[in-house]
Amino acid sequence: MSALTFSLKKPLQFAINCAALTPDALANLTLNEIAAITLYHGKQAVRVDELFDISGHDSASLRFLNATQQLDYLGANMRSGRIDISGNAGAYLGFGMKGGEIHCLGNTQDLAACNMQNGLMVIHGNTGDFLGGAAAGLRKGMLGGTVVVKGHAGDRVGDQMRRGLILIEGNAGDYCASRMLAGTIGVLGKVGAYAGFSMHRGTLLLTAQPYLHPTMQACGSHTLPFLNLLFKSFAPYSQAFASLKSLRAARWLGDAANKGMGEILVISK
Amino acid sequence: MIINGIQIDDTFAEAFNMRATRVIITAQNLKWAYHAAHAMTGFATSVIGCGVEAGIEAEISSELSPDGRPGVSILMFAMGSKVLMQQLETRMGQCVLTCPTAAAFAGIASDEPINLGKNLRFFGDGFQTSKLIGGKRYWRVPVMDGEFLCEESTGMVRAIGGGNFLILATSQSAALAAAEVAIAAMQRLPNVIMPFPGGVVRSGSKVGSRYAAMFASTNDAFCPTLKGVTQTELSSDIESVMEIVIDGLSFDDIALAMHTGIAAICALGSASGVKRISAGNYGGKLGPHHFKLHAIMEIEKP
Repeated sequence: MSALTFSLKKPLQFAINCAALTPDALANLTLNEIAAITLYHGKQAVRVDELFDISGHDSASLRFLNATQQLDYLGANMRSGRIDISGNAGAYLGFGMKGGEIHCLGNTQDLAACNMQNGLMVIHGNTGDFLGGAAAGLRKGMLGGTVVVKGHAGDRVGDQMRRGLILIEGNAGDYCASRMLAGTIGVLGKVGAYAGFSMHRGTLLLTAQPYLHPTMQACGSHTLPFLNLLFKSFAPYSQAFASLKSLRAARWLGDAANKGMGEILVISK
Repeated sequence: MIINGIQIDDTFAEAFNMRATRVIITAQNLKWAYHAAHAMTGFATSVIGCGVEAGIEAEISSELSPDGRPGVSILMFAMGSKVLMQQLETRMGQCVLTCPTAAAFAGIASDEPINLGKNLRFFGDGFQTSKLIGGKRYWRVPVMDGEFLCEESTGMVRAIGGGNFLILATSQSAALAAAEVAIAAMQRLPNVIMPFPGGVVRSGSKVGSRYAAMFASTNDAFCPTLKGVTQTELSSDIESVMEIVIDGLSFDDIALAMHTGIAAICALGSASGVKRISAGNYGGKLGPHHFKLHAIMEIEKP
């Protein structure tokens, strides 16, 4: 069966919430039923088929063509299946995602993988702020799963992240791993200011020494065999990360202004 | 049955249900992996006095080990799950945590996990960190040489202990030489260990004793120096008996190990001084698993 495909008819003026269009939500619905689902474009309620041309049948595999940054909440709370996005995605991509895979060929807005619980998200372009963070009012960010960003990420990557893996092959902005509770973030490029700000626990893996604030404590350089396990586990997601070989890393612990057990590992090249 | 001039008795080895686990120990090099493994499997010859029976199963190459360093796999057997858990934790704490550069990983999958590093982590006094990698939790405990890395749990499975056979020879040296040949062949097999020193037991036991405090005592029927005063199982030309005890993860694993060991001895021929192969049992009343020597020697090796 061919993938159930939603092709955006024309650029949108306002953002729309696409949370209703997930493999789980569309399972067992006919094309007519899917076409009649109501989405909100600004204050206006619109049918899905007013916004998208719909084709294909396999609801376990969704495709969004001509996608733009106005498509918010794509893949929100999905539990299974796969979503491919040709183009860009809006905010809250994979919000609360509990399983399945999302592959976005373009860029995304802020809060991608926000409160994600499980599954895989691959962003081939760049992503905005608060990747893997927490939605407003929530005290824990990403709770599990894996996010791979081939491009760059904005500020506050993994803010309040509780568990899971984020791999960024490009650069990350300021406050990377801020208020991080646990989990692993890897950045192959550079990170901005205040990496690990208010970090409780967790690991921020870097390949270039960042400028760190005074409450991150230098603990020396060490050979850490566990890195071998970590690098091997990257192989299914990112060849760039899997090609890391050095088990030698400079270790920083902090943020001493908070619980202080977060670690920043700067891999020696 | 006679193979190459060596008589195979029409008898059986009697074995018991046990609980088992496997742990993989890695280190900077094989030397230090063996140091940890030897310590962990030390004083683990028999459940009668040691709580567990343990041994080194195989070497693990750095390509196949979890952390890319060379290591060894250990099998550990006990009569019950509680004892196995206690012994594993104690031995891990005293023998692997303490060993320079050593790390420990689960070596067997099971629906019944038992603690490996779950409680050892508290040695870290709050500085320990965990990592969930590929769905498995690992603990990194800071120690004076760097970090002790340990998987949180390993698996516990049902297994069999007490497979055995006896080597009856015309001299002590002949019996021991044959036993060494058998052990060398059996050590190449997976899923089994021979837990006694060098894999060989000289003090096979019978159930009970004339002393009330003893529940096992010397197997006088197979003691060559008692031929004239006990109901001996030995003919006049037998001067020494060695026993090889095998614990394994399944009946087939033990049967194959027994076959391999006995076949290696039979290949030496009767000129080696070995005259008979027998086995230890309790009349079939105690252990549910019976390894019949004739049937075992008729199995086709895979």
